[in-house]
Amino acid sequence: MYKKFLIILFTSFILVQCSSSDDDANDINENNIAYDREKMLVYLADNIIIPAYSSFKSALTDLDNSTKTFVASPNQTNLDDLRSKWLVSYKSWQHVEMFDIGKAEEIYFKLKMNVYPADKTWLENNISSGSYDLDKAENYSSQGFPAIDYMLFGIEVDDVEILNKFKSNFKYTNYLTALINKMVTNTSTVVDDWTNYRESFVISSDNTASSSVNKLINDFIYYYEKGFRANKIGIPAGVFSGGSLPSNVEAFYKKNISKDLALEAMEAIIKFYNGTSYDGLSSGPSIKSYLTHLNSIKNGTSLSASLETKLQSAKTSINSLSNNFASQIGSDNNKMLNTYDAVQSVVVLLKVDMLQAFNINVDYTDADGD
Amino acid sequence: MISSTYLNKKNSSAPLAVFRIGFGLLMCYSIVRFWLKGWIETLYLQPSFHFSYYGFEWVKPLGDFTYLLFIVCALSAFLVAIGFKYRLSILIFFLSFTYIELMDKTTYLNHYYFISMISFLMIFIPANATFSFDNLINGVSYNKVSAWTIDSIKVLLSIVYIYSGLAKLNSDWLFNAMPLKIWLPSKFDLPLIGENLMQFEWVHYAMSWGGMFYDLFIPFLLLYRPTRLFGFALVVFFHIFTRVLFPIGMFPYIMIMASLIFFESEFHIKVLNFIKKMIPSSDKIKYIFFKINSELTDVYVIKKEKIILYIVSIFFIFQFLIPMRYLLYPGELFWNEQGYRFSWRVMLMEKKGYSVFKIVDKKTNTSFFVNNEDYLTPFQEKQMSFQPDFILEYAHYLGDIFSSNKNENVQVFVDSYVALNGRLSQRYIDKTVDLYKEKESFKHKKWILPLNDEIKGL
Repeated sequence: MYKKFLIILFTSFILVQCSSSDDDANDINENNIAYDREKMLVYLADNIIIPAYSSFKSALTDLDNSTKTFVASPNQTNLDDLRSKWLVSYKSWQHVEMFDIGKAEEIYFKLKMNVYPADKTWLENNISSGSYDLDKAENYSSQGFPAIDYMLFGIEVDDVEILNKFKSNFKYTNYLTALINKMVTNTSTVVDDWTNYRESFVISSDNTASSSVNKLINDFIYYYEKGFRANKIGIPAGVFSGGSLPSNVEAFYKKNISKDLALEAMEAIIKFYNGTSYDGLSSGPSIKSYLTHLNSIKNGTSLSASLETKLQSAKTSINSLSNNFASQIGSDNNKMLNTYDAVQSVVVLLKVDMLQAFNINVDYTDADGD
Repeated sequence: MISSTYLNKKNSSAPLAVFRIGFGLLMCYSIVRFWLKGWIETLYLQPSFHFSYYGFEWVKPLGDFTYLLFIVCALSAFLVAIGFKYRLSILIFFLSFTYIELMDKTTYLNHYYFISMISFLMIFIPANATFSFDNLINGVSYNKVSAWTIDSIKVLLSIVYIYSGLAKLNSDWLFNAMPLKIWLPSKFDLPLIGENLMQFEWVHYAMSWGGMFYDLFIPFLLLYRPTRLFGFALVVFFHIFTRVLFPIGMFPYIMIMASLIFFESEFHIKVLNFIKKMIPSSDKIKYIFFKINSELTDVYVIKKEKIILYIVSIFFIFQFLIPMRYLLYPGELFWNEQGYRFSWRVMLMEKKGYSVFKIVDKKTNTSFFVNNEDYLTPFQEKQMSFQPDFILEYAHYLGDIFSSNKNENVQVFVDSYVALNGRLSQRYIDKTVDLYKEKESFKHKKWILPLNDEIKGL
């Protein structure tokens, strides 16, 4: 009896050791029916993430050049050019904000690029003192696109006055240059790193808290919920505060582009979800096809299709709003709140149904189960 | 009901000693592990709010003294293992461990409840009769104990297994292979079986049915001598396999250790002899350890055995009844979770929720949504989102916060969606009900919206 018992204990111990060891030479079965996540990562990296980043980088280079021209001779033509480059790059930014992974996560990229509303007082202090550290958290709301929005549209009442300020006060041109330089440096850091990072990114396809698949999906949900739903619509509409906060819209000083930016972001979200390439020409494995695959296993209701439908109707709802969310909030905030509800209904599907289907835990909840 | 001949029956005290040592050491290790993983900090000290069990709202983490509580708990577990001041040690272990579990129901696990229950039972069992430091101190060791003391542990284990088997007799588990159909395919990164076996539908069904049969029949396989060794092999395989699949911590090891109690006393004597050989020789210690093989047939006489038998009987009546209390509530158990806990419903369903709270000032008619992250840890938010009693308690917490400036017009509503076992999510709580006005009780919670589906079975 005792000997047999020891044999059982010993064999099972060996079995556990074998089955929990890391097996790198894990040859991939041709007929495996598990979803090929690595293939999905390769596609997403090569056709969406990296192209979106390089396109953003070149938009920023244009912005940088226009800034130099403007700083050298601050006139209306150069201001208009600078503003249009700012808008192009701001739209391009909407395609990369959700990828808070790798270097972007490490250097708090999104917090240095798009925290709004810009802190006007803090900004003016930075400008006049000329001493500040843009890497510090206290300066997140006085740099990036929202800060430039303020500098190009908000420092004075009209263009003549704005130009006068840039002509008469070198501190303004200095700060503008510093902001752009910082954005260019940060972007280069993130984008250039992808050359090396890509390889480790695509092979990290496990179901663990730190794997690329799980992080990418969690980032996507987080972005949709916070960066998109809350920042662009919920917070200004007063969903979290009891009263509306129209000055919290994106690009508050430019005024009439908050809808365009939101639509651009929605476009990026839908493309990423569907697996449409950045150039829009091809499609490949993505969250949607992964969900469809899992649905086919459990014969469940088609979550992938309902998600797509709800994303589209959220987009339609955004489209029905005024170009300037601030004035929309002022004239008829209920429309804004209705749009919020349409956007919000996607959150439920993402956080409940999709996470259940993937059986992925929300970030880093660490405890035993039973 | 129980004949007096049975109550007079004696058995070797060795099985209790082995159980005591195994239990004490595993518990001591569990507490140390819990500490080293930083969970005291993240689960009990960092959160600003804790979810309490109904009636135990006064049990809260003790600030920095929480560490002391864990030290007491680990130390008492160790003293149980070596059998030093056993009765006092197991009592302190029971109290400290149970206190820890009551501090926040976010961390509720069936196996924590199991530990509380078994340590309660052990208070009444002379597990220090032999092979203990108490023997050294008192200069006497006992070779025999009342057989019921050993059997009571077997009964408790059988209740755990059989109830968790009965809980699996439902249409989701047996006919839809849910939730295994969700859980197993996500184990794709397991070596060897992840990319193939875990993905096959027949495997999901086989494991669902296999798990059900295992739970229902394992106590009998262990009780019946000819199948005992086979049963134990199954126990080891089952628990190790689930350990590989799921993050279930110490539970498998505790169950494997506990099921040794089903073996005959000769087996346990061999184990004790083995331990004896491992211990460096000291004459005095040796003296005690030799006693387990001595020809003495001292019987441990339990003081006030009659009263103790009453307590143990009442304990078991409760153990039989508590898992059945869900029958008193209307609606689907998995959905409403009224009577779900403390019933050995182990890894039975996949449930996820999303609940956001709307604070309304009915006088000014203004409202806003609360950001849960401001008040809850991600783990708490996850657990709160799909359990009605959590939702209610949190609603009251929020209501209190926002009425702090004597505002009596605060209402709290919840926008809540839950998905169960792969069904699409549906609204969970009546969004028109002001939860701030609802009180926690054992009564049915009428504001839970019914599940748009039926799960047949127990």
